[in-house]
Amino acid sequence: MDRSSHPVSVRVTERAPGAAATLPAAEVSATAARRPRGRPAGRWIRRHPTGALSGAVLLVVLLASALAPWISPHDPYAQDYDALMRPPGGAYLLGTDYLGRDVFSRTLFGGRTSLSISLAAITAGTVAGTIAGLASGFYGGWFDGIVQRVVDVMMALPSIILALALMAVLGPRTENVVLAIATIIVPSLSRIVRGTVLQLREMQFVEAARALGASDARVLSRHVLPNTIAPVIVVATTALSGAILIEASLGFLGLGTQLPVPSWGNMLSEEARRYFEQAPWMALPPGIALSLTVLAVNFFGDALRDALDPRLRRVPS
Amino acid sequence: MRQFLLRRLLLGGAALLGLSVLAFGLIRIIPGDAVMAQLVESGNVSDLDGARAQLGLDRPFAVQYVTWLGGVLRGDLGTSFWSRRPVHQDLLAALPVSVELAVLAMLLSMLLALPLGAASASRRGGTVDLAARLLSFGGLSVPHFWIATLVLLYGSIWFRWVPPLGYVAPGESLARNLEQFLIPAAILGVHLSARSLRLVRSSLLEALQEDYVRTARAKGLPGPRVLWGHAFRNSLIPTLTILGGQFTYLLSGSVILEDIFSLSGIGRYVVESITHRDYPAVQGAILFTGLVVVVVNLTVDLAYAWIDPRIRYQ
Repeated sequence: MDRSSHPVSVRVTERAPGAAATLPAAEVSATAARRPRGRPAGRWIRRHPTGALSGAVLLVVLLASALAPWISPHDPYAQDYDALMRPPGGAYLLGTDYLGRDVFSRTLFGGRTSLSISLAAITAGTVAGTIAGLASGFYGGWFDGIVQRVVDVMMALPSIILALALMAVLGPRTENVVLAIATIIVPSLSRIVRGTVLQLREMQFVEAARALGASDARVLSRHVLPNTIAPVIVVATTALSGAILIEASLGFLGLGTQLPVPSWGNMLSEEARRYFEQAPWMALPPGIALSLTVLAVNFFGDALRDALDPRLRRVPS
Repeated sequence: MRQFLLRRLLLGGAALLGLSVLAFGLIRIIPGDAVMAQLVESGNVSDLDGARAQLGLDRPFAVQYVTWLGGVLRGDLGTSFWSRRPVHQDLLAALPVSVELAVLAMLLSMLLALPLGAASASRRGGTVDLAARLLSFGGLSVPHFWIATLVLLYGSIWFRWVPPLGYVAPGESLARNLEQFLIPAAILGVHLSARSLRLVRSSLLEALQEDYVRTARAKGLPGPRVLWGHAFRNSLIPTLTILGGQFTYLLSGSVILEDIFSLSGIGRYVVESITHRDYPAVQGAILFTGLVVVVVNLTVDLAYAWIDPRIRYQ
């Protein structure tokens, strides 16, 4: 009886830019006909080579970070005073830093710090933003008004400033970095979810569920929420690359995770930068790891957008 | 139009009021005297009772807020713990630095994004298009503070070049001024052009599919005329609207570049006040940034209607 969560093909508005906004049925079946044969995974890889490649890079980065304690050749905290600022090669693959610590191991562990903070922050921020957006869009009225004014306030500040201000008050600790980054994600996420909910609220299947006597909670959880998941995943992925960069920025300014715990950001902080001229190899690994990861997340997010949410697809590329 | 303006002004005012509560409440979120303890630890406040009285912590919350807001409305943002000058003076001194950096960076980014975006849209799938897309993904992904670090590092190793310390006004010596600003502005410009490049490209692609382009082609206009005279001009509108966002982002969001290149702009002021636990300065800077954002957004909305007469606000 309860066939909830129809795969909705929401029409954004009549004025929506781009030809991709509304897909006529004929075009859909045409794409289906052209679709290469094979198993879903293989098909996806063939249709989105950049998405697959970036996904593979991400997987490698995530595995390297997760397995850091087992695969790093040295203890990231062990200081070797006989090998201060040793250039790459020999026992230390990427050289050592100003305290004789292995740069390679610290980069691996730095990824562990940076990525776990960013992922935790994105998860928390996404959950909070989705709840705020759902409630705000579904109930509307004065509640919506208040939530939207709060979002206005948060959006009136550049996110890095908001993050810095929060760090200033909370103090530079790892948990606070998660909290600060989660907070700055909430406004934009809640806006997206609210927009989707406002459209869904007027759709016939919601009306039908209502007519059958479904409660608010049921309509929300079985009919509205499932249809917001695709846009949420897309936006959260985009936000992830931003979160990684903000986390690194805070570390860079010395306001994020504190040394000696390595993070990609604090490996480039003032304390380390003082020695860069004598040991330039210290500057490269964290920056390259950071750039590669963010690049992979961006490409992956783009492919994900194409796969999950054709409405958000940009003009033919 | 008037109604729209009124509504936007009201919303902007509401956002600013909310921001004032946020800025004011921030240092009072932490329970007890934790903030005061940190202040003493930081060493720049010796007279604890004096500081407490200056922040008004010895009075009820509502009274504190109204007193503070009254001061703010008269342009008094309080006195900095660190510089011991009125916060609004410090901010006004920092403003020209940030504005110059922002304007230069935006100019450079447009110089890069407009021709590249147009070229990549007109020859979709070609070499230029590929290069432009790589540049835009790179610009979005490679952190600009890392690029800046490398530029400083290798500039000093290979060319013995160090950025000059202390702000030199363009009136004093234009060459020294540009030496200070050009490199950070270029780094920011490439970073910004990543986003605007994609936008120029996609809005031009969209414009090229419009009927008036087909008409122009059909009546036999040469390709470049159609591209530049018809499609390009119309595709500029979405690009212009992101300029406002870029400006407000740069004004205080270029925190790190200002910090690395020791340009004492608004962003650097925020970071320094935070590291010195200079709460009146943090409050003032947050409020000031918010004010600029609200004003710029309103201006952009109005400019939008002025540039594109098809847009009518209710």
